[in-house]
Amino acid sequence: MNNTKKYENNTELAIQATGLVKKFGDNFAVDGVDLEVRKGTVYGFLGPNGAGKTTTIRMLATLLQVDGGYAKIFGHDLVEEADKVRSKISLTGQFASVDEDLSGIENLILIGRLMGYSRRKARERGSELLQAFSLGDVAKTQVKKYSGGMRRRIDIAASIVVTPDILFLDEPTTGLDPRSRNQVWDIIRALVRNGTTVLLTTQYLDEADQLADRIAVIDKGRIIAEGTSGELKASVGSGTLHVRLLDADSRPQAQKLLAEILETPIELLSDPTALSALVSDNERVAKALGELASAGIKVTDFSLGQPSLDQVFLTLTGQSDTEDKTEEANS
Amino acid sequence: MTNFSSHSDNNNDTEKSGNDNGLDEALNKAIANRMRPSKPNGIKTSLTFAWRALLKIKYVPEQLMDATVFPIMFLLMFTYLFGGAIAGSTADYLQFLLPGILVQTIVTITMYTGIELNNDITKGIFDRFRTLPIWRPSVLVGALLVDTVRYSLAAFIMIGLGLVLGFRPDGGLLGVLLAMVLLLIFAFSLSWIWTTLGLIMRTEKSLMGVSMMVMFPLTFISNVFVDPETLPTWLQGFVEVNPISLVVTGVRGSMHGIVTLEEIVWVLLSSAIILGIFAPLTMYLYRNKK
Repeated sequence: MNNTKKYENNTELAIQATGLVKKFGDNFAVDGVDLEVRKGTVYGFLGPNGAGKTTTIRMLATLLQVDGGYAKIFGHDLVEEADKVRSKISLTGQFASVDEDLSGIENLILIGRLMGYSRRKARERGSELLQAFSLGDVAKTQVKKYSGGMRRRIDIAASIVVTPDILFLDEPTTGLDPRSRNQVWDIIRALVRNGTTVLLTTQYLDEADQLADRIAVIDKGRIIAEGTSGELKASVGSGTLHVRLLDADSRPQAQKLLAEILETPIELLSDPTALSALVSDNERVAKALGELASAGIKVTDFSLGQPSLDQVFLTLTGQSDTEDKTEEANS
Repeated sequence: MTNFSSHSDNNNDTEKSGNDNGLDEALNKAIANRMRPSKPNGIKTSLTFAWRALLKIKYVPEQLMDATVFPIMFLLMFTYLFGGAIAGSTADYLQFLLPGILVQTIVTITMYTGIELNNDITKGIFDRFRTLPIWRPSVLVGALLVDTVRYSLAAFIMIGLGLVLGFRPDGGLLGVLLAMVLLLIFAFSLSWIWTTLGLIMRTEKSLMGVSMMVMFPLTFISNVFVDPETLPTWLQGFVEVNPISLVVTGVRGSMHGIVTLEEIVWVLLSSAIILGIFAPLTMYLYRNKK
């Protein structure tokens, strides 16, 4: 292994990665990912299916060989000190990472024993976690009989039998109902309060916004934007304004008016009475709606919402799309 | 289950009233517990994985069928089906057949090791085990330890039934025990072929298919059922180098008290070769599994 390019050791960082690459055949699943995650923070990977989120996490968790680049976890080299890395990390994968044939408590005892607890201590720790995760009543039930939310919680409980320094969570709330999702969020916040660094992947902007100190937006194996949720939103626009008019004929006029005041492109939706725009300044929205009224354009309803992941991607990837096209044109 | 849902309803009611309820305190306390036990050694982790395999048997006792029903079925079937035709009498044939069919049965049930492993891989738990800071082969060694118990169980049942049917080993108790030890060593080594395949094959079905394809010729084109001298010469050549034949010769010889040192060495040598190739191969695949 060539170590000449090793970077400086920054003790503030839990994860430090440079140019991570993973190839599956000719396809670059991860194509040069740089990453700096500070200790004790939550870092969110935001991206659609197949963007390379899971592959990156699996490399950092020592499950996949790295095809290029370097990474350090708490100062330990991912490849050369894999065993030291493993003693720092814990992974909750997308699929149940517990033994479904065993009961909740048996699963936790199993992990506890493997981590070096005595049989008695492993049982004590298991019961403590089950109580804390509201799973006390199903401790002796086989995990395959658990509901989706309970399964997710036992997954996370198994990951923190020995509280890890870094917890990797791969789409921790996908498919959960709102209450279960809130419970998982509470657990993540409690972990961070107690000093654990969390790296999570999500498809929901909302989730990244709620939990993550910093967010990386991933698409096609590359990080296309990185920053705090505030920074990302500022670059995308803080929300989306939807306006529906009473009369389709007044749409061109409304479009012109909104564009002037909001100073942003106005999208015409397939509904001939509807328009939408990404906005960053809510006061201007109020002003624009007022202007519509005074111009005599009747608005039947309007809404102001967070930009959806789709919109984030459209905005952030818009540029790289055109780059691709010029490349194609040149070749 | 009903208890649980009422519990979480309760939790929901207090959700908005702040974070200071008892549950959150329990959560905080559990998470704040940063106890780090010292790292266990490979023997301890292997035994823990063996405990896991035993628990699985507790929940699904049917999985012992291969170690209990198979041996009985095979022994009765082949003794009475072929006994008259091959040896003229079932009692005579049993003396020849039992050691052979014992090997065949045990060797066949080693296949289930690979299937268990393949099952683990398709589920997420395999990933968790691979991210634990433990001696990596222990997950396999633990499972194989329990399998060895299963093999012993199958062997006891078969030999017991054989004795009832009229099997009389001239080698006595010592001979039978030696035969069992040879067989268990071979079965343990052979299991690593199935763990290798278990890591390569993508589904349980394809794994079963390939395992059967390997198993059938190996067990049938051997000296399990018939004396190889009755076979055409080209087939005798294969039978002689077939490791199953070597084991059958060793086991048969031990049970009847006529085993030679050379025969024992051949069993151990073929076990060592299989283990030497497939254990490292398994571990390589295990480390680099995608």
